[in-house]
Amino acid sequence: MNENICAISTALGVGAISIIRATGPDVFNIVNKICDIDITKKASHTISYAHILDKEEVVDEVLIMKMDAPKTFTMEDVIEINSHGGISTTNKILELLLLNGCRLAEPGEFTKRAYLNGRIDLLEAEGINDLIVAETEKSRKLAMNRVEGNLSKLIKKHRKELLSLQAELEVIFDYPEEIEEEITYDKVLEGLTSIKEELKDLVNSYNNSQIIKEGIDVALVGKPNVGKSSILNHLLNENKAIVTNIAGTTRDIVEGSISLNGIKINLIDTAGIRETDDVVERIGVDKSKDIINKANLVIFILDNNTDMTPEEKELLDSLNNVKKIIFVNKNDLDSKIDLSDIKEEVVYGNTTTPEGLDNLKNKIVEMFNLNELDSNNYNYLTNARELSLVKKAVESIEESINNTKNELPFEIIADDIQMTYNLLGEVIGETYKEELLDEIFSKFCVGK
Amino acid sequence: MEYDVIVVGGGHAGCEAANAPAKMGLKVLLITSSLANIADMPCNPSIGGTAKGIVVREIDALGGLMGRIADISHLQIKMLNSGKGPAVKSLRAQGDKVIYPKNMVKALNKLKNLTIVQGMVEDLIVEDKTIKGVITAEGNVYKCKTLVLTTGTYLKSKILVGDKFKFEGPHGEESSKHLSDKLRELGFEIQRLKTGTPQRLDPDTVDYSVLEKEEGDKTPWTFSFDLEPQYDVDKQVPCYIVYTNKETHKIIMDNLDRSAMYGGYAEGIGPRYCPSIEDKVVRFKDKERHQLFLEPESAYYPDLYLQGFSTSMPIDVQDKMVHSLKGLEHVKILKYAYAIEYDAINPLQMYPSEESKIIKNLYTAGQINGTSGYEEAAGQGLIAGINAGLRCQGKDPLILKRNESYIGVLLDDLTTKGTKEPYRLLTSRAEYRLILRHDNADLRLRKHGYEVGTIDEEQYARLNKKIADINQLVNELKEIRITNKNTNKYIGELTKGESLYDLLKRPEIKIDYLKEYITNSYTDEIFNIVEIQVKYEGYINKTNKEVERMLKLEEKEIPSDINYDDIKNLASEARQKLKQVMPLTIAQASRISGVNPADISVLTVYLKKEYNK
Repeated sequence: MNENICAISTALGVGAISIIRATGPDVFNIVNKICDIDITKKASHTISYAHILDKEEVVDEVLIMKMDAPKTFTMEDVIEINSHGGISTTNKILELLLLNGCRLAEPGEFTKRAYLNGRIDLLEAEGINDLIVAETEKSRKLAMNRVEGNLSKLIKKHRKELLSLQAELEVIFDYPEEIEEEITYDKVLEGLTSIKEELKDLVNSYNNSQIIKEGIDVALVGKPNVGKSSILNHLLNENKAIVTNIAGTTRDIVEGSISLNGIKINLIDTAGIRETDDVVERIGVDKSKDIINKANLVIFILDNNTDMTPEEKELLDSLNNVKKIIFVNKNDLDSKIDLSDIKEEVVYGNTTTPEGLDNLKNKIVEMFNLNELDSNNYNYLTNARELSLVKKAVESIEESINNTKNELPFEIIADDIQMTYNLLGEVIGETYKEELLDEIFSKFCVGK
Repeated sequence: MEYDVIVVGGGHAGCEAANAPAKMGLKVLLITSSLANIADMPCNPSIGGTAKGIVVREIDALGGLMGRIADISHLQIKMLNSGKGPAVKSLRAQGDKVIYPKNMVKALNKLKNLTIVQGMVEDLIVEDKTIKGVITAEGNVYKCKTLVLTTGTYLKSKILVGDKFKFEGPHGEESSKHLSDKLRELGFEIQRLKTGTPQRLDPDTVDYSVLEKEEGDKTPWTFSFDLEPQYDVDKQVPCYIVYTNKETHKIIMDNLDRSAMYGGYAEGIGPRYCPSIEDKVVRFKDKERHQLFLEPESAYYPDLYLQGFSTSMPIDVQDKMVHSLKGLEHVKILKYAYAIEYDAINPLQMYPSEESKIIKNLYTAGQINGTSGYEEAAGQGLIAGINAGLRCQGKDPLILKRNESYIGVLLDDLTTKGTKEPYRLLTSRAEYRLILRHDNADLRLRKHGYEVGTIDEEQYARLNKKIADINQLVNELKEIRITNKNTNKYIGELTKGESLYDLLKRPEIKIDYLKEYITNSYTDEIFNIVEIQVKYEGYINKTNKEVERMLKLEEKEIPSDINYDDIKNLASEARQKLKQVMPLTIAQASRISGVNPADISVLTVYLKKEYNK
């Protein structure tokens, strides 16, 4: 990590300004070579007015922020150049830095340095990454919580509880004759059970946090002409679409996303697949199956003005185990549909009036409890690494609960607890040190 | 004339440090400040105890003396923690303070290659950062290839009772006044440590009728793998339990400013796990009583040791404190409690082989390294002695790993984390304790003893017989199947045929219940160890997996010429710690407190880049 790295930190495109960031041991000297001031003479954490020069030629008029190590994001020397926006100017400055001794940073490399230099722990590093890609307000809050170490705090709390429980066991091994009131199996069981429940809640909260972070994937399913496109357009136009046509995502076809109570709703149109298909009459059950399975919610759209076709009935049957809303469109027209076979609740609406889709939106909010989905409550696990470690910790704690119920020797249970403790330690990148002994000696009066 | 190994100090570390190289065929000199005090037990009369009892077994497995001497010198012995699990079990004996040293001297005198002289070593001969010999206060010069320093508490010892102090050893002897200055001059960091010992009481003045009795076990035990029990279980001497009370606590609180520790008369750092009674009363205000033990010190003189009541109060306060205890109202105090302060070195300046990083061929063991306890001292003395011997033979040192022994845990902790207080082994310090058991110390370590020459052919044959018996019994358990036709009352009804091996895995099935099916005969020792191996197989395997993970990191060696200043991105605390410890492997580096996982990543990346490791 002796290399100097640089990157354009703002999204590339036409904006008022762009920021080019560089970090490493020689960045001040490097920047000196491409500007008309002596940045090494400037005080730390100050902003200086300067010109970026390519040989004699002025490239841009900029503000340069200088930050001395270690009080920087990477804990190394950092330079941030605020240039005028515009792809060509920004790229030119980047190019000059590269020519003078920097190399282009890999994705996430600034954060990686912050982690490797001990500025942030693993969780915070992951949190910062989430922050960068946060798209909606709640997602941003979630990421901010992690940056501030909320998950770290929670994991630390559970580790402390485990440690305290383990200390009660260890003390009777090391001081067998001195503890007058030894711990009982019941007490161990009580302690372990309560930690297990909280860890389980943590795992469950993962799903909610996924919703906050990734949004809800909603697939619109229905036969052609049922009104999928107009529903889509209606939703997108009315709800200040925040993203349109995300290309290159792994999702099939996200037509667009809307924000509902601050949560991103990714709308997936299954029709797109089939409308180019010649066999228009047959609803492509097979093809849409995949999309339907991946979605968090399926909106099955029926036409109020015509009766259900056998294909629609077939499709509805296949949606038996899927989280869905049955939406009857075109309720401004005459009802010609027979819904007597459908046992579930249906939602009516239309795309001809401004409020036509309010029922549908309300139903989504209700189904996902979006009113109560508050990032303050779900500031926990947000990636697969953490999830798998906490799941392992739950398994391990379940094993110790079993062993406690079977009254296996305390030593074995203490080992189980140690295992869980270590797994949780991995979540926050902390390892076992002297904590156990400190706990024992602060808690018990032992020692002959 | 030049000795291969000179050992300075005749305590528990010194005895083992002299015995091991003598057994290896090297010429050894033991210099003690007092021939009368060899293997003295100045504090507690007990040998063994939790974790420590396993260390004694390890010492025996490696050819040391402590276990076999304790076996023929105790007043009482018992197994601690019997019901709490296989690995936390540990033997503890009440040694006889007269007989134990006598038997130790006898054993040392039998060693042909060992000479013992009396003298106070005050100076070291060092040339070219290599030890060459020692000079005593009397002016005698002894030359050596290697030196083991086991000075115990005798470096500038200071005895404190209340606000009074004297510069002397535990029995009022001379202490070494200049050796620690010499060490400091050579570059050793000297720290001041403290420990304490309680009152000795006249047994004829105790009212036993109000005290609870603590007997020895009715099962006979030995520490040594080579000896049969040589005592009558019914003739063991009991200990007694005494409790402090409100009155005792009030006396202590009223006189706190007169305690050497609380009054500010002492500078040394005492151990947390062995607090003085004033510490206990101050720190645990809510506790209404503290448990104390009355332990016999010897069959040859009438002394009872008041375990748990160490204090640095002045004697008039001690009188009141002791007499406030129920059963001891009229007791005669034969010796008052005292604290002792002494100089120790910083163990971070030592390699895991116990050789100094500063002076070549100089080894240190025991309290000088900042530990406490006879067993910890003896374990270190043994390894230092072996490694001094191996150096003379031009061989690589014996470095025990954390997954091999408590002694390995102790040495790794000392040389990786250092210590600010007298270090004591605890089972909770061993992360792989399930495989560091009382019952398998010989299986873990005897081969090392055999290789270095501290274990003889006969002892090695005994080990091999044990291994063969274990394997044979395991095979029998796997081969013999039980069905409903031949089940017994313990096993009960079976839905399908099952091997004895699988049955033994059930928590409720003991190996005793299965003995009737086993054709060959085995000792209880074999039955016991196989029962543990089978019953806890899953846990043992889990531990072994973690060991493998650790050993992989142990294989990643850190070159000795590494310059931590060249590694730009290390946190400054980590850099400083790494420079101080100079870890031999990535695994050791990862155990240093203050070195975070991020620092380990940085270090690993650096090694890969610079050394392609």
